Amino acid sequence: MLGESSLVVLAGRLALGVLLVSIFLALARLIRGPDAADRIIALDLVSVLIVAFLATYSIYSGETSFLDVAIGYALIAFLGTVALARFLMRSAIRRSENANLADKVSNGE
Amino acid sequence: MVNEILTALLLVLGSLFSFIAALGMLRLPDTVIRMHAATKAGTLGAGLILIAEAFFYAESGITLRALAAILFLLLTAPVAAHLIGRAAYYSGIRLWKKTWIDQLKDRYHPGQSDR
Repeated sequence: MLGESSLVVLAGRLALGVLLVSIFLALARLIRGPDAADRIIALDLVSVLIVAFLATYSIYSGETSFLDVAIGYALIAFLGTVALARFLMRSAIRRSENANLADKVSNGE
Repeated sequence: MVNEILTALLLVLGSLFSFIAALGMLRLPDTVIRMHAATKAGTLGAGLILIAEAFFYAESGITLRALAAILFLLLTAPVAAHLIGRAAYYSGIRLWKKTWIDQLKDRYHPGQSDR
C-alpha cells in the first residue's frame, strides 16, 4: 500500500519494535512478580500493549480489520482482568475467614 | 502528507509511552506504584496509537472504531485498576518501605496492621 521508504513505514517499524520490547519487559514482571497481584497487573499491561501492537500493525500492513481484532481483544482482556481480580479477592477473603476461625479455635471458643 | 507526518509522530510517541509503562512495570518498587505506571502510561500509549490510526486512514468508519476503542480503554482501565488495587490490598501486599501514609491500615485487617 505504501512506498518502502515512506515515513509511516519507518515509524511503524520503530513502533512495532519498541512495542515488542515493551511486551517482553512486562512479561519479565509477569514471571518475576512476587505476588499474584503483580502478575495480574503485568498481564493487564501486556493486553493493553497487544492492543497497541495490533493497531500499529493495522497501520503498517494496511489491513484495517486488525482494528476490529484490537477492539475484540480489549473486550476479552478486560473480562479476564476482572475475573482474575475477583478470584484474588475471593481467595483473600477465604484466607482471612480461615484465620479468624483458627483464632477462635485456639482461644477455646 | 500532513497526515503521514502526524501519523508517524503519534506512532513514535505512543510506542514511547508504552515503553515507559513497561519500564515502570519492571523497575518500580511495589505493587500499587507499579499499577500507576501500567494504568496511566499504558492507556495513553495505546490511545495515541489508535489516534494515529484514525489520522492515517481518515475514513469515518475507521475513525469511529478507533474512537470507540479509545473510549473503551478509558472506561475499563480505571475499573480494572480499582478492582485489582482493592484485591491486592486486601490480600495483604507489602508496601514500599518509604511509603509513610497508609490510610486503610486498620480498616481491612484490624489487629494485623504489621503486614
